[in-house]
Amino acid sequence: MLQNKIQDVFNEPGCSKNQSKSDKERKKGCTKALQPGGAAGGCAFDGAKIALQPITDVAHLVHGPIACEGNSWDNRGSKSSGSQLYRTGFTTDINELDVVYGGEKHLFKSIKEVIDKYDPPAVFVYQTCVPAMIGDDIEAVCKAASQKFAKPIIPVNAPGFVGAKNLGNKLAGEALLDYVIGTEEPEYSTPYDINIIGEYNLSGELWQVKPLLDHLGIRVTCCISGDAKYHDVAQSHRARANMMVCSKSMINIARKMEERYQIPFFEGSFYGISDTTESLREITRLLIQQGAPAELHDRTEALIAQEEARAWQRIAEYTHRLRGKRVLLFTGGVKSWSVVSALQEGGMEVVGTSVKKSTKEDKEKIKEIMGQDAHMIDDLTPREMYKMFQEARADVLLSGGRSQFAALKNKMPWVDINQERHHAYNGYEGMVNLVKQIDLALYNPMWPLLRKPAPWDMREAQT
Amino acid sequence: MSTVIQSRKACTVNPLKMSQPIGGALAFMGIADCMPMLHGSQGCTAFGLVLFQRHFNEGIPMQTTAMSEVATVMGGLDNIGSAILNIQQRTKPAIIGICSTGVTETKGDDVDGYLKNFRATHPELDRLALVYVSTPDFKDAFQDGWAKAVESMVKGLAEPSSARREGSVNFLVGSHLTAADIEELREISESFGLEATILPDISGSMDGHIPDDFTPNTLGGTPVEAIRRMGEAELTIALGEQMRPGAEALMAKTGQPYVLFDRITGIEATDQLLDCLSQLSGQPVPGKYRRQRSQVIDAMLDSHFFFGGKKIAIGAEPDLLWNIGSWFSEMGAIITAAVTTTHSPLLEQMPCEEVLIGDLEDLEARSAGCDLLITHSHGRQAAARLNIAFLRMGLPIFDQLGAAHRLSLGYRGARDLTFEIGNLLMAQEEENRPDSWPLPTEDHDAHAPFAFG
Repeated sequence: MLQNKIQDVFNEPGCSKNQSKSDKERKKGCTKALQPGGAAGGCAFDGAKIALQPITDVAHLVHGPIACEGNSWDNRGSKSSGSQLYRTGFTTDINELDVVYGGEKHLFKSIKEVIDKYDPPAVFVYQTCVPAMIGDDIEAVCKAASQKFAKPIIPVNAPGFVGAKNLGNKLAGEALLDYVIGTEEPEYSTPYDINIIGEYNLSGELWQVKPLLDHLGIRVTCCISGDAKYHDVAQSHRARANMMVCSKSMINIARKMEERYQIPFFEGSFYGISDTTESLREITRLLIQQGAPAELHDRTEALIAQEEARAWQRIAEYTHRLRGKRVLLFTGGVKSWSVVSALQEGGMEVVGTSVKKSTKEDKEKIKEIMGQDAHMIDDLTPREMYKMFQEARADVLLSGGRSQFAALKNKMPWVDINQERHHAYNGYEGMVNLVKQIDLALYNPMWPLLRKPAPWDMREAQT
Repeated sequence: MSTVIQSRKACTVNPLKMSQPIGGALAFMGIADCMPMLHGSQGCTAFGLVLFQRHFNEGIPMQTTAMSEVATVMGGLDNIGSAILNIQQRTKPAIIGICSTGVTETKGDDVDGYLKNFRATHPELDRLALVYVSTPDFKDAFQDGWAKAVESMVKGLAEPSSARREGSVNFLVGSHLTAADIEELREISESFGLEATILPDISGSMDGHIPDDFTPNTLGGTPVEAIRRMGEAELTIALGEQMRPGAEALMAKTGQPYVLFDRITGIEATDQLLDCLSQLSGQPVPGKYRRQRSQVIDAMLDSHFFFGGKKIAIGAEPDLLWNIGSWFSEMGAIITAAVTTTHSPLLEQMPCEEVLIGDLEDLEARSAGCDLLITHSHGRQAAARLNIAFLRMGLPIFDQLGAAHRLSLGYRGARDLTFEIGNLLMAQEEENRPDSWPLPTEDHDAHAPFAFG
């Protein structure tokens, strides 16, 4: 069952990276074999949890030993405008007896307790390695519980050891497609309804874009999955258009919704000014194509003109300070081109960008933006990155939390652009904010103080 | 004395507990030039890595045998071997500390056997120390993983010695000590002229300092060579009940006596430690500690007004719970809720009615009406819902800075903690108002209030 699902996900025709592979390669799947003693990344369960946890009003119940939930719960910056239930950690915390006798009953009782105490509109049940090994059939338990409690109990079958985070994202998408999307009908729909797929509302980023859409009268019926509510996801199949963000992590949702419900989709981004503009235009174009009044076009253009001008005006305050500053961009590769163009808009020079997870298309786009001699980094060891900053070959590092110390321990500035970050960087507002944060990091007066050796070290160096 | 009960819920809600393997991994992080590794799926390591990184604000050396589904079913022999070779080639550590996980324990991997096999086929790596500890996720808790890792290191590395080095002392320290606590401990023992080997020593690796150069392994900690020579010390001092098996193992191996102090905070606890060091070294207690002792007494005099009768709810691992709970009790506060993660002989001695092995949902339910809630950062939601003062203690602390530098050991630790918590409690004191002292309603409801005119 799960193996079929995984093969199906690997065969994703909507994925350009996948399409460029031979049949044999495709069968092997997207994930490189992980190297013992040299791997560093989340597992499939982690990926599934990242993708679905932002659904705010459901209970996310992890079936496994304490490690899977106990070591990681409530650790991501996805924000909610309402329910906080998604930040509650639920786990069966299975013990030795469960391992010996099976954990299905324990899981069933846990579902009951969750419903009795918290009464969520649905419970998402996540499979993990140990119960998968001992043969706990979470699909069967969820089915029985759904019937017994008359509530959707959604199995998310992505145990950690089947692959890496990205695979988990896609298996989470499959769970939504199989058990949630299209299971309820909305009270009404409008010609201005869209879904945004693959946006997790980290630091509330969605709310930097939503006012733009609100202003145009465009309704985000569902964001999958940032700040989403269960019923919105269940009813999302009545939207007129889908926007897919965050690279390919949930391409299967967008493509299968097109296949099943004839909802056209495009791939866009809200990182950077030109990308935001492009995405607004594309949303408008698709909605008009689907029957929305054509006047939406002019209103969109008017808003773009106004908001772009306002953003540029605010960025102009920084460009003279940031011009020529060398940025190393290390994002894991997802959509790095859209951030590259954003940084260039701010006057900075991108001295290198990671493309580890980028698609061929992404790489072409980077070349387009950065020129033929674009410095694309496939993989940079921590040691190499440390050396880069030790030798001051870049002025500032933009990266996720894990690589921050390559810059910071060399007394060089770092700006957090990963999922635990505190700042929001979406849309026109976000770009202004990113530029501001880079400026704050670069020009903090403490840097020269930190780099100056202690007086005795200076004296010793002279003698 | 208290009754220890175990939560009977099927579903754990808002876990207090973290898993054994990462407790073991953190103990290995207190060894110099070490690469801790979990034998499990790569996610097992990734979760631990992110957790420690956010707690310490440091890069975390931690590897994985990256067990896939197929490898798990077939057994991890190949993965263990290639992981060691790979780490050796890339980071050249002095020691690799290996912790098993739920996945590999469910399969029943014989890692000791694998390592024997590896040693036999790779004599060229004889100098690389390998320590393995069995830490299934589905048993016990973080503190147990730490304790077992220390015990394994003692068993695997410490060597018996006929000679005792005068003025040499071993400390085995529990997971409830911060980098600052260990730093203080070292300073105290040095001021008696003692040479201390502290195992594990996260103050060398996780204290947040700027290394001279890049290393993918731990930035400091107990040198492997120092662990080997622990048998030469005159005495082993274990801090925390969790260190008893480690101390017993060391005694069994080297014949060395040990003493165990189950507390690190408070006047009496510090007296005992200093007195022990004074007798061992034959040195008088230095003047600065006599001065600090009187500062603690003064701090208690100044602040006991705010502690007396206050209701405290604590969620912490057994040794931390015992240490801080006993201290609160000494200060006149009342422990009204105590929740912990795993068994310990100390739980029954806790100065409260009941200790529950449970989760933060249980703690929240027992904390209503308390004056102060103490647990790790995950308690912040509960404290906000209950609208009570919240003190972060334990691990992880990811929403405040400087977790490694919170000091509670010794006189200075007790003094600063007294002030910090005293201030929190003082801020809770309610101002008296005109309606602060209403008459009991039921007696007077029968009579209408007197009305003028």
